Amino acid sequence: MSVSNTVKSARKSLSWLLAIIIGLTALIAVGSLSDENASFTPKLALDLQGGTQVILSPLLLDGEAVTQEQLDQAVSIIRQRVDASGVSESQVITQGDRNIIVSIPGVPDDNTLALIKASAKLEFRAVLLTSAGTPTSAVDTGGAAIDGEGTPQPDASAVPDTPALPSAAPTDPSDLNWISAELRSDFDALDCAVPFRQAGQVDDPTIPLITCDVTGNEKFILGPVEVEGADISDASNGTVQTSTGASTNTWAVNLDFDGAGTQAFADVTQRLFPLAAPRNQFAITLDGFVITAPATQAVISNGSAQITGSFDQSSSKVLADQLKYGSLPIGFEVESQENISASLGSDQLTNGLIAGLIGLLLVVIYSVFQYRGLAIVTIGSLLIAAVLVYLFIAVLSWRQGYRLSLAGVTGLIVSIGITVDSFIVYFERVRDEIREGRNLEVAVENAWKRALRTILASDAVSFTAAATLFLLTVGNVRGFAFTLGLTTIVDLIVVLLFTHPFLQLLSRTKFFSSGHPWSGFDSKALTASGYAGRGKFRIAETLGSGKAEKASKEAAKRQTIAERKAQEALAAANKTGDN
Amino acid sequence: MSKLKDLGNDLYSGSKSLDIVGRRKVWYFVGIIVVIASILVPVVKGGFNFGIEFRGGSEFRIDGVASSSQELARDAVRSIEPASEPLITTVGLNSVRVQTEQLDDVASEEVRIALANAYGVESSAVASSFIGANWGADVTEKAVIALVVFLLLVTLLMALYFRTVKMSVAALMALVHDMVITLGVYALVGFEITPAAVIGFLTILGYSLYDTVVVFDKVRENTLDVEFSETTTFASQVNLAINQTLVRSLNTSVVAVLPVASILVIGAVILGAGTLRDIALALFIGIIAGTYSSIFIAGPLYVDLRQRERKFSPKAVTAKV
Repeated sequence: MSVSNTVKSARKSLSWLLAIIIGLTALIAVGSLSDENASFTPKLALDLQGGTQVILSPLLLDGEAVTQEQLDQAVSIIRQRVDASGVSESQVITQGDRNIIVSIPGVPDDNTLALIKASAKLEFRAVLLTSAGTPTSAVDTGGAAIDGEGTPQPDASAVPDTPALPSAAPTDPSDLNWISAELRSDFDALDCAVPFRQAGQVDDPTIPLITCDVTGNEKFILGPVEVEGADISDASNGTVQTSTGASTNTWAVNLDFDGAGTQAFADVTQRLFPLAAPRNQFAITLDGFVITAPATQAVISNGSAQITGSFDQSSSKVLADQLKYGSLPIGFEVESQENISASLGSDQLTNGLIAGLIGLLLVVIYSVFQYRGLAIVTIGSLLIAAVLVYLFIAVLSWRQGYRLSLAGVTGLIVSIGITVDSFIVYFERVRDEIREGRNLEVAVENAWKRALRTILASDAVSFTAAATLFLLTVGNVRGFAFTLGLTTIVDLIVVLLFTHPFLQLLSRTKFFSSGHPWSGFDSKALTASGYAGRGKFRIAETLGSGKAEKASKEAAKRQTIAERKAQEALAAANKTGDN
Repeated sequence: MSKLKDLGNDLYSGSKSLDIVGRRKVWYFVGIIVVIASILVPVVKGGFNFGIEFRGGSEFRIDGVASSSQELARDAVRSIEPASEPLITTVGLNSVRVQTEQLDDVASEEVRIALANAYGVESSAVASSFIGANWGADVTEKAVIALVVFLLLVTLLMALYFRTVKMSVAALMALVHDMVITLGVYALVGFEITPAAVIGFLTILGYSLYDTVVVFDKVRENTLDVEFSETTTFASQVNLAINQTLVRSLNTSVVAVLPVASILVIGAVILGAGTLRDIALALFIGIIAGTYSSIFIAGPLYVDLRQRERKFSPKAVTAKV
């Protein structure tokens, strides 16, 4: 390899590095003009910024699994709800394959929290039976009413239209044969004034449901679920218009169904329309409570329905919002809710950064102590690595929504060690080559080839760890794995495009190539046992017969023809020197 | 120049050599004793001290308190929940952390206000959280799966790179050594096992193997042609490799430990319990154990694993000589 070629390739590498840095900087600069999310300051995760984090986990029946599609749908619905409540900069993401994390900066108000927490599972069921929301026996015996939660006796005669007990298996969702004796007695005993549903209760959609309406005035036996809230494509409120287009004072909720919903809803109305009250009603339940149970006034086959009743403007708006945003594909419960104080986060960040700086300073002092002038390379490489990591994080924070967490910061600080290790491996190899008696330029080239192999192998292990952790874990662990993987890649970039070319160029300066005591490649010190003057060395007796040749055998295998020639010339020179 | 560099020269040339492989029984003995002790510590202490993320419960943090008296917090919590046994820790210089069993929304708000009154701070300075018991378990379960997958992958990777499964086996044994010791010391110190600590343990995996790979790469280089050699044995070539990389191992460990130690000191002294301290302790122990095992366990074990192979048998060499 001719002198100019080495210098050329070194300069080329350095220009590539410069191009990457300028490219990333320009990308962010241009991005920040057009996109408010782009910025040179990476976004901070909740633990550093302060805020509230709510983790929701799905409520599932035994053996039921949640699909990715359902989760994605739920995430977008919750995001709509949070955004609609006026909170900006919130983040809704899935965690692993089941949980949803909602991160809200600052302290959200109770309404926002309630909106997120509301699992809001919306279902359409046919009404089978209805009565006032008190235990049925209480109508007859005043004593039971005083006892309140006593065991009221089922009194079938108190109900106006007493259906016969099931005589056959139910044939359709409106079939009164659904009502078994047991269901009937449970219904009779139900008192809407007493909490009867557990928090997070999951109802089997294939069997009837006994429940009350949200006001507790009325109780119902409902058939199996026929249409799900997720089938609603849109809902709005407005006043009913007459056929001439004039607006009336009656408020209504307008519903639009998607394809599947249109078909299912058409089937329901078709079946219910001819039936007698209350079986011509269908109930819309939200989290198991009936929010409304309108009677069917027409067969609706076009997927657009209008619900009228005793609505005013605000109650129709509430119902429309519930129908529109409430249609989560699955119910969720709050698994954890964490309020992180902003001051604590910034405390941790500040102290973490101070710790990082002290650590960095110690590393610099140690490397000056160990490697003297070479510390320039170490410090330079660390600085370049820091700049690259910072730019990458800023870009990822913009493009991928990456947030820097405390665990991530720790990952960055820890990675200082792994980054510097690459230089140590390299420098020690160079020293080994000098100990073999090579001059610095040749030593750098030989050492690089062997060191790169080691660096690649060890970085591969490190990167495998980071990638596995990132793909298979959740939450904090993921943030940490991400920074670990990122710094491993940056480490490779820096070693390839900065450390090596920089050392190549340095090895041509007099200070380093003459083996100045402060260069870190002090040839006198390095070859204390075998050194016999510049360009000469004894193939040390101390090395044992042939050991030196063997040790350099592998490097020799990897040499270019030019290098091999240089080596032969050197060996010849050594031979004469020895004699 | 530093003495370390002179040592480096002598170690490299072989004029000075630590007989690491020869005395491996001693190193194994030390390793096994420490590992057994690390297993016994948590057993004696009755298991690990799991953090709230694993136990589940409510947590309150009061910022900017003038007095960090624990009695104030205990009384405040008991005024709402008389039967509660709150766990109270001072965090940093002016924060108090109170952990209780899981409270419902109303009780938790009441406790928050009671704590604010007790310490005479604004109620906004008291942060409340609750964490379901299966949250930490979820994270850990995923981490354990990741660990198993990682170990399989990296065994394969190393076996392919070094062209022998035995290096993978030796490296994994060293890894087990590091992990057990890290967990043992963690139990001894009595820090809580938090998700942050779990992150620290996982990092040790990567670091321990990384460190071993660097040593093994030199071993691979030195033992390339050893089976044809008449003057040297497999064991002595491995020993030379360990000696030659000794300075690197020490330098790397010092460099890796310095930032971690600085986080540990600042984390433990100034910040108290928290992510920084937990990760840093796990890493601190892990790096030291990892350095020991990469020098004294992995290489010697590899010798034991390979020496039985006929081509490396020391007897064959002596017979020729």
